[in-house]
Amino acid sequence: MIELTYEPLDPEKTTALVRKDTNGAVVTFLGTTRDNFEGRRVVLLEYEAFEEMAVKKLEEIRQELQERFQIEDIAIAHRIGVVPIGEISLVVAVASPHRKAAFEACQQAVDILKETVPIWKKEVYEGGSRWVACEDHEFGEHQHSSAGVATVREGD
Amino acid sequence: MELLVRFFALYRERAGTNQLPLELPEGATVAHLTDEVRRRIPHLAPPEVNIVVAVNAEYAQAEAVLQPGDDVCLIPPVSGG
Repeated sequence: MIELTYEPLDPEKTTALVRKDTNGAVVTFLGTTRDNFEGRRVVLLEYEAFEEMAVKKLEEIRQELQERFQIEDIAIAHRIGVVPIGEISLVVAVASPHRKAAFEACQQAVDILKETVPIWKKEVYEGGSRWVACEDHEFGEHQHSSAGVATVREGD
Repeated sequence: MELLVRFFALYRERAGTNQLPLELPEGATVAHLTDEVRRRIPHLAPPEVNIVVAVNAEYAQAEAVLQPGDDVCLIPPVSGG
């Protein structure tokens, strides 16, 4: 289950999609919008997506992890547009019969998402803004690889 | 052939538009396209940065050959999550 939406996310709803009586573990990750970057106060975040490709890449992540961990139940929801501070921008819910696969698959889903899915986050400050991963060091710390996989800074 | 290049996020803002029609010779590759985009919009990205391109919603290698009608999008470093 993949969702890209301009509406606020409901983690309970996304988590419910992966709950099954055959699963003994459910891991839900929430990405939330942070109010600061290197000492500057962030007033809101704005997400932009190449929507058609983002949905396709999210679906690929889901299928890849289903195969890698031999599990079925993965749901990813990403909010785009303006997201006020402290709200949820990402929900990844993974359920599996035992906890190890759910923990690992959830972490990998977030890691892969941040490297490959064409979604961009702009931090808006009072009197300025910044496209995360682009403008802080003019792409310096995250050169695109020749394979065409965009990489991102850590800690977002 | 004429191709329409689409921009997102930082590239969209720097280009001042979300799309740019380009005339390229038949057999042109992704690398030819990014060279032409850089020529037209020099401030798009630093010269040492490899501009990532998606063709028909899939990441494309520099040597990939473009076809008329391809959906070509320039992908700045991503930062979802």
